[in-house]
Amino acid sequence: MRRRRHALPGFGLTLGLSLAYLALIVLIPLAALALKSATIGPLAFWHAVTAPRALAAYRVTFGCAAVAGLINLVLGPLLAWVLVRYRFPGRKLIDALVDLPFALPTAVAGITLTALYASNGWLGRWIEAAGYKVAYTPTGITVALTFVSLPFLVRSVQPVLEQLEPDIEEAAATLGAGRLTTLRKVILPMLWPAILTGFALAFARAVGEYGSVIFIAGNLPMVSEIAPLLIVAKLDAYDYAGATAIAVVLLLASFVALFLINVLQLWTVRRRSAETR
Amino acid sequence: MRSGLVAGGLFILSILATPAFADTTLLNVSYDPTRELYRDFNAAFVAKWKQDTGETLKINQSHGGSGKQSRSVIDGLEADVVTLALAYDIDALAEHGGLVPTDWQQRLPNNSAPYTSTIVFLVRKGNPKGIKDWDDLARPGIGVITPNPKTSGGARWNYLAAWGYAAKKYGGDAGAKDFVAKVYKNVLVLDTGARGATTTFVERGQGDVLIAWENEALLALGEAGGKAFEIVAPSVSILAEPPVAVVDKIVDKRGTRKVAEAYLKYLYSPEGQEIAAKDGYRPRDATVAAKYAQKFPQLSMFTVDEAFGGWQKAQAAHFADGATFDQIYVPGR
Repeated sequence: MRRRRHALPGFGLTLGLSLAYLALIVLIPLAALALKSATIGPLAFWHAVTAPRALAAYRVTFGCAAVAGLINLVLGPLLAWVLVRYRFPGRKLIDALVDLPFALPTAVAGITLTALYASNGWLGRWIEAAGYKVAYTPTGITVALTFVSLPFLVRSVQPVLEQLEPDIEEAAATLGAGRLTTLRKVILPMLWPAILTGFALAFARAVGEYGSVIFIAGNLPMVSEIAPLLIVAKLDAYDYAGATAIAVVLLLASFVALFLINVLQLWTVRRRSAETR
Repeated sequence: MRSGLVAGGLFILSILATPAFADTTLLNVSYDPTRELYRDFNAAFVAKWKQDTGETLKINQSHGGSGKQSRSVIDGLEADVVTLALAYDIDALAEHGGLVPTDWQQRLPNNSAPYTSTIVFLVRKGNPKGIKDWDDLARPGIGVITPNPKTSGGARWNYLAAWGYAAKKYGGDAGAKDFVAKVYKNVLVLDTGARGATTTFVERGQGDVLIAWENEALLALGEAGGKAFEIVAPSVSILAEPPVAVVDKIVDKRGTRKVAEAYLKYLYSPEGQEIAAKDGYRPRDATVAAKYAQKFPQLSMFTVDEAFGGWQKAQAAHFADGATFDQIYVPGR
């Protein structure tokens, strides 16, 4: 193996620094979390994480996070497409707007959304008149999660789209491909890895979200109670270990989801390079 | 860009440096609906302290759910005094870390609760659903708003008030459990704190009735000018006794014991009682109480000690993991 020169010197040094940093910022707090949850013993741990209330809360949290992620999976890349491929007045403004859900304190987002969607709100009164309810239902939770996770999909797809030359589409067209075929066979395969990354980030963010959801959820046990609220409720009862037990489950589930998506991503990239070879 | 950073840094420094102008600072860690009470009371006490001692005092306030606030103090928030929603949350300070002695409640008159309140109903103007007493809250089709007793100290008073009423009327705990379950099946939104529940009812227009602290209901009534809501007092309710305490470990460390103790004593003085009454809390002082008799209707009230044998027992029986409140929501039981 020939030694290659890199801009940053020393594999050992950079890897060591990276690992130390990762350990300090991520691993040590997570280990402390796991240790704390272990203080109650395996039986009590199992009891805490499989209580019917807890199971219902996982369903609400993961279900709403997945739906929110899927909505953004479709609309996020579309928004990125419009921002990259077209020049129109106000484009820069819209581009900046996309990041707002990142910047806005989540409680503010929650209060604003609740005011809008409650039965006396601007949007809520029309929705209610049509016979639907958004605020104080799982639908409301999904709305809040869609809001906070939108930037992930747009921002992960946008740079890839910017690299994608319009010439490729033209080439596809001259070779006789219709619009749908071009989209399906040329554009989407190149965007997939970025879309998956965005979805994974959006999903993980939504699973842990508390501030914006709590105002719009209604918080009814078994119906619209999210898992992070259950954690807060346990903390308020001075049950630190029980709270961390639920947190460990959330963390594991998020980790598994992120890991699976990484595998899926790797697989799509491999398949594509195999096809193009 | 760089000059912006420098300016920002200076700005933050100036904010951090500001409180240094006062001679002494005091931190009062309180629960959710006492914002108005302590805003008024602190102003009065700062003036009195200046007059008595010549010292300039600055009182910082922190508000939030009672349990959360107590936990912050356990976790290191340096509260000189705590003024919380229920004795259980100050007991926790004794239990976790010995911040106060276990007999803290005997140190001040009236179980260390200088003012009281009770639980009443706030309904929409004209009382369209005809809500008169606790039984109406269990009727099918009534939308009830109350916070979650697991996360809100105030909500525990609500829950126990309903329970105490039903235990008397329907013969003991079995009847009470059934009744309270019916009330909570009618709950539309279970907010995490008392202030959140008030907002849901008042601003968002959810539900027909808000189970609320009397002071919170009076405040909502005052802000809406009495046009949109009415207060309905049930036949029987609970005597809510929000307690106060000096946090020994912290005042001894910071050397603020004298001012902290004077601060809490002032709550019992005629001036302190007057401020409490103005902000919707029932005063203990008989003279002040007589003056505000019109504001606070007479109703039959029981205490937690009488009906439940104290907070520790009430907590274990009703709000611990798997206790009566959790059982309401577990299907098939």
